[in-house]
Amino acid sequence: MTDVEAMDRPSLVYDERLSLVAGMLQRFSWQRLDGDSGVVRLQLGGSIAIEDAAALWKRISETLAGDLAGVRSVELDMSGVQMIDGACMALLVQLRSDLRGRRIACEFVGGTGEVRRIVDLYGGRKKARHKRAQRKPLSAIEQVGSSTLDILAELKQILDFIGQLTASTLHVIKHPKSLNLRDVTLTMERAGADATPIVLLINFLMGFVMAYQSAAQLKQFGANIYVADLVGVSMTRELGPLMMAIIICGRSGAAFAAELGTMKVSEEVDALRTLGFLPLPFLVLPRMLGLILVAPVLVLLADAVGILGGALVATLTLDITPTSFFIQLQSAVKTSDVVSGVIKGMVFCGTIALISCQQGLATSGGAEGVGRRTTSAVVSILFALIVLDAIFTVILGAFGL
Amino acid sequence: MKKALISVEDLSMGYGETALLEHASFEVARGDVFVILGGSGCGKSTLLRHLIGLETPMAGRIRVAGEAPSLEGAAPRYGVMFQSGALFSSMSVGENVAFALQEWTHLPLEAVDAIVRAKLALVGLEGAEDKLPAELSGGMRKRAAIARAMAFEPTLIFLDEPSAGLDPVSAVELDELILALNRNLGLTVVMVTHELESIFKVGKTCIMLDRETRSIIARGEPKRLRTESADPKVRRFFNRETSVPQWQ
Repeated sequence: MTDVEAMDRPSLVYDERLSLVAGMLQRFSWQRLDGDSGVVRLQLGGSIAIEDAAALWKRISETLAGDLAGVRSVELDMSGVQMIDGACMALLVQLRSDLRGRRIACEFVGGTGEVRRIVDLYGGRKKARHKRAQRKPLSAIEQVGSSTLDILAELKQILDFIGQLTASTLHVIKHPKSLNLRDVTLTMERAGADATPIVLLINFLMGFVMAYQSAAQLKQFGANIYVADLVGVSMTRELGPLMMAIIICGRSGAAFAAELGTMKVSEEVDALRTLGFLPLPFLVLPRMLGLILVAPVLVLLADAVGILGGALVATLTLDITPTSFFIQLQSAVKTSDVVSGVIKGMVFCGTIALISCQQGLATSGGAEGVGRRTTSAVVSILFALIVLDAIFTVILGAFGL
Repeated sequence: MKKALISVEDLSMGYGETALLEHASFEVARGDVFVILGGSGCGKSTLLRHLIGLETPMAGRIRVAGEAPSLEGAAPRYGVMFQSGALFSSMSVGENVAFALQEWTHLPLEAVDAIVRAKLALVGLEGAEDKLPAELSGGMRKRAAIARAMAFEPTLIFLDEPSAGLDPVSAVELDELILALNRNLGLTVVMVTHELESIFKVGKTCIMLDRETRSIIARGEPKRLRTESADPKVRRFFNRETSVPQWQ
């Protein structure tokens, strides 16, 4: 018996026309004809489109998982195929690659017109390319090493940034006219004036809640009047600047990182350089200066409304008159408390601008990169604020303030 | 040959540790329209960024008008148009064009406005001063970017894929604008493109980069290279031949 005659003897027939997948009638046939000398012909027929891909992939998987012992070559006979689309063709090309990977020759045969064009387009006539090298998973030690190198590279980038910023600041001090004053005022308006309502509301509620929470405890000891000390000192020294900074971080920190990040990926930063402007003095310094300048105003407003919230609770629930509250407040809150809070707020705002602009200018990789850097900026700022707050507490404590 | 405006000697460049071009040397003559060609990913735009001074070479020397390209806080020595236009989105078109003039000259506002109007008229954008970049079409944005690049009267302009993404009519108009600037103002143009029509229409000299060999595989006049080059890669590029099988 010749090979051709042997091929006419079907050993496995699977007719997909009879099967229903996802409620759709499958329109192709798949027939395996085993020849005598290790030659297998896979005869495909009908129309094979993306809707049939799942069924086709099942047949391919079964073929690869099935008995291939003694098989030398496989012919993918396309002569009965009326139509095949790119996705299904890609699956057949994958079958061919897998077979060749097992040292079984595999070729497409037959097919006319459109079918042949699809076969050719998807590399049906080409020699199989080298199999893509599998990426070796990194070991735990390699991952630690790689992350360490990434952190060091990021650290170097940050140090570079701080160095350049220092040089730019010195340059602007020497040549004040070189400062981009337009962006300073714009930042003061957007980050300061526009943020005032939310800063007022949040801090009023902070003072209100703090006084309310402590009222019950203070009542037990007849120490109602000390609510003024509690609210006054904690708002001016701690919560006023901190809450203001958290709001500025969420509003302006994220905005700076996203704005500069978008400018970076859309080549606006490069365009700026080609027009003779340096990004740091032109983009970063004005934002930093604008935020630092609005910080004292915002901190003082935050302190004032926070204390007002406390005074309201004291008047309503602790039977303290507003006059007694403010007389007690005067004796409790020292000028140094307010000043240290203002300085803290300015340092916080400088840090917000520094980190958000650094992250924005380090952006790469399009929209996804902008999102990643914006998130990273906000998280880094919040972390830095808490660390700075702790440092301030220790330093001010050491000076007895 | 005219005196070279740009000279590149033994340049090696790339990103990180990946070299895209090694030991390349070429010159751009004054008044030339010099086209950098090559397939995708061969480093055309990267080479342009090196010539502008936005990137530092791995090795070799680049000289633009006898000096190393530098962007360090000085008045622009040449104009640059980026692929996307890179107009400042927070400024109007007029403010974009006026930007460098206001910083680097002491001209009164009226004089700056007059120059801005003239530059916008030069690129066919009369009356677009108050529009924001987002309100312009792709072609208009690129022309506005050329106007901004031309604001400081450069003698050299770099263009990164000027016709990419434009409809055929806008692309032809842009080609004609580039030719007019070159002929009438003697502007030297260095451009990256792979639009064949543009290359043949405006290109006087070209170099072709090759990713595989990381070198310049052809240099000369585009029309001559199309017919005379012995390199199959070059012929394929200029004659739109493809390695994808042709249907019978």
